[in-house]
Amino acid sequence: MPAVAETLDTVQSVTEGTYKWGFETEIEMDFAPKGLNEDTVRFISAQKKEPEWLLEWRLKAFATWQKMQEPRWPAVKYPPIDYQDAYYYAAPKKKQGPKSLEEVDPELLKTYAKLGIPLKEQAILAGVEGAGDSPSEGGRMPIAVDAVFDSVSVATSYKERLAKDGIIFCAISEAVHEHPELVKQYLGTVVPPGDNFYAALNSAVFTDGSFVYIPKGVRCPMELSTYFRINAKSTGQFERTLIIADEGAVVSYLEGCTAPMRDENQLHAAVVELVALDDSQIKYSTVQNWYPGDAEGRGGIYNFVTKRAQCRGKRSKVSWTQVETGSAITWKYPSCVLLGDDSVGEFYSVAITNNHQQADTGTKMIHVGKRTTSTIVSKGISAGKGQNTYRGLVRVAPTASGARNFTQCDSLLIGDQCGAHTVPYIENRNMTAKVEHEATTSRIAEDQLFYCRQRGLSEEDAVGLIVNGFCREVLKELPMEFAVEAQKLLQISLEGSVG
Amino acid sequence: MTAATHSGAEGFLHRFEGLRARLPGQRLPWVQALRAEAAERFRAAGFPTRRVEAWKYTDLRPVSEAGFEEPLTALDDGEGLPTARCNRRAVFVDGRFREDLSQLASSPFAIASLADALPQLESRLGELARPAEEPLVALNTMLFEDGLVVSVPAGIDGGVIELSSIASRSERPSAFHPRHLIRLEAGASLTIIESASGPANTRYLHNPVFEIVLERGARLTHARLQQEGGRGFQLGTIYARIEAGGVYDNFTLNAGGKLVRNEIHAVLAGPHAACHMNGAQLLRDGQHADTTTVLDHAAPDCASRQTYKTVLQGKSRGVFQGKIHVHQVAQRTDGYQMNQALLLSPEAEIDSKPQLEIYADDVKCSHGATVGALDADQLFYLRARGIPEALARAMLVEAFLAEAIEGVGDPTARAALEEAVTGWWQEKAA
Repeated sequence: MPAVAETLDTVQSVTEGTYKWGFETEIEMDFAPKGLNEDTVRFISAQKKEPEWLLEWRLKAFATWQKMQEPRWPAVKYPPIDYQDAYYYAAPKKKQGPKSLEEVDPELLKTYAKLGIPLKEQAILAGVEGAGDSPSEGGRMPIAVDAVFDSVSVATSYKERLAKDGIIFCAISEAVHEHPELVKQYLGTVVPPGDNFYAALNSAVFTDGSFVYIPKGVRCPMELSTYFRINAKSTGQFERTLIIADEGAVVSYLEGCTAPMRDENQLHAAVVELVALDDSQIKYSTVQNWYPGDAEGRGGIYNFVTKRAQCRGKRSKVSWTQVETGSAITWKYPSCVLLGDDSVGEFYSVAITNNHQQADTGTKMIHVGKRTTSTIVSKGISAGKGQNTYRGLVRVAPTASGARNFTQCDSLLIGDQCGAHTVPYIENRNMTAKVEHEATTSRIAEDQLFYCRQRGLSEEDAVGLIVNGFCREVLKELPMEFAVEAQKLLQISLEGSVG
Repeated sequence: MTAATHSGAEGFLHRFEGLRARLPGQRLPWVQALRAEAAERFRAAGFPTRRVEAWKYTDLRPVSEAGFEEPLTALDDGEGLPTARCNRRAVFVDGRFREDLSQLASSPFAIASLADALPQLESRLGELARPAEEPLVALNTMLFEDGLVVSVPAGIDGGVIELSSIASRSERPSAFHPRHLIRLEAGASLTIIESASGPANTRYLHNPVFEIVLERGARLTHARLQQEGGRGFQLGTIYARIEAGGVYDNFTLNAGGKLVRNEIHAVLAGPHAACHMNGAQLLRDGQHADTTTVLDHAAPDCASRQTYKTVLQGKSRGVFQGKIHVHQVAQRTDGYQMNQALLLSPEAEIDSKPQLEIYADDVKCSHGATVGALDADQLFYLRARGIPEALARAMLVEAFLAEAIEGVGDPTARAALEEAVTGWWQEKAA
């Protein structure tokens, strides 16, 4: 998009003051009955025609979940969630194999268009026969997309191109049937079902998500991407993503999320597991733009997510980058367990809270292997009545000789009704390790604003510019396509926070 | 909660029931009410376990399971009392004021024993302490017997006084819970050098609570040398309220004891108040020391500075938890906190949790934390200049600690701290 059009677009979104992703697609849905019990779990498993071992696994997770307590330690406030008052399975009804885009449910296509998925990829996603065989147009680097609606992966593009390199990129429900040995080997090994309340819930009722396997020595030729969308009313989304990078493999994975505007709260409890073997690299980027609720704090998504990576191999590397602008409440800590010697963990995060949004986010870096290194850069921005907490743990085990961590965590406050909090935990049990943490809190300086205003920028544009500068270290870690989107999002998220 | 976590608490509650008719203030209804309420709180809460966030890194089971009793002090027991550093000193043995060992005659203002002054203290005792939130403060409120009461009148420079606490040698484990009340009226100033020590082989618990009020423009320097005996426990809590323009300067040296917690709650309650909290923890094999600070910026234009250093040897564990809470009214707050740890042994462990909680936007707050070993380059530099390794290490450790100690303004207090640090290092070398 040319810069001018983009600016106009941004200005329009700002002046309209609406959540532009707040559309709802009227697609026929299959629902499981409301509520959660063992039968719901069995129903979901049966719908997916799952093997017995997976059903057992789910039921065990469900039993664990029933014994667990909802965590109360995050610095977020919300009314109690009624887990029986939600649908745990909602799947778009599928017609068999449309021949061209005309045959595809127009509502679904509209959704893709609004999600900003190029036409070519729309065709592939909608399952148009033969659409995935020719290379992408215009010489643009293609992105393979997996679209997940409410609970179910609706389509995955570029599968055949990826298959040439032996890469598996598909819905996890498909992987359960096609690659049971891989799923069985890795599922729940990074985030065990009993890890925490929401991970246990997810393990019992997860319906879909993406599965990625990059074989030995393969560098994935394109960005892999998943769009998550909560569409139906009163549903929770419980997707589960599993990415395995075998020895020497390299992959970059993007995740985007949106949801319609509603005046009720919806639950999103995902689990993401990453496994990096010797010399492999996984880069996981998220632009989270779930519906944040309105200016009065009504509605919005509760985003309670468990993301964790295990750097099992020597010299493996996992890098998390996240831009969190949406959700009424965000509760997530993408973490790295650095098991392999010389493995590397990175966490780059921007979290914005405006209006009544609350975010309690951060990371855990667990150093176990020798000479493991980790970097944490977190930028929190609070505006309106938003509350933003960075919560992070750096733990150095006695075995992690020569481990190294650097943490920087900065907060920016816009307005006097918001809050910015920093809660780092540092636990070191190895004298040769070096851990450094620094945190600052400040507000946008008057002289910076004055400088921009003097040059003819409106106050909101000036704030946008300064905020983008504040977040630059993180944004530059994002893949190109996402970086542009993220910059716009930052500005939109802060609308109405000045003046 | 299991019965085991309550066993220690029940022991203390049992002692309270037996002793309550003999504790000071038994004829004062307000003291009785205060103790009874604290007992209820302590009964409900018990000793905090590691599941309580504020006690995540410090396990109190060695304290709760020790079965402490009230101290039986032998009459002649001035044994182990350090030599006086200045001409006014209040001495407490097992938490009880000892006039015979103290020198307070020359004081131009009121210094009294809490047990004696209790009838006049209704408005002051419990003014700041929050037994409802801190079980150990509830324990103190329930069982306090004595303490130091100091009031410096407006505009007076109170000079230096020394507060020495010693534990007496005993076969049975004993616990004492002194309550100290310090009040400086407008524009007054005072330096307190506090020391705590005890015999090497006696198990005891020293659980002091301070309530410190600094009125407008008052200045208090509070230097603390914690050199409890090798089997002693100290769990101290300080509450300080600093009014407009007041300055509270606290330095705590944690060098002794088996398990020690130094907890400070300071409130900057008026504009342009300042609080400096510094400290050093010097730990040897088998020791556990915890510094926990909560600093409330509750008024605009206040400043706070904190620098804490920990040096660890052997199988020791150091903990630092520091929270800066900036209230919405506290615009133009300037807050800074640094904590650093030096690990000299492969078995040592340090846990650090600096924390910012900020509700005002026009603030400048930062914290930093570093953890590591002695810098090999620095060591090499000194060795290359012919300095023996032991001395080179001593120099680097001293330099590491200097940053925290040099902030102590009062020369008597600073000299006492420097002497304690040198003593600690030499004892290690010997």
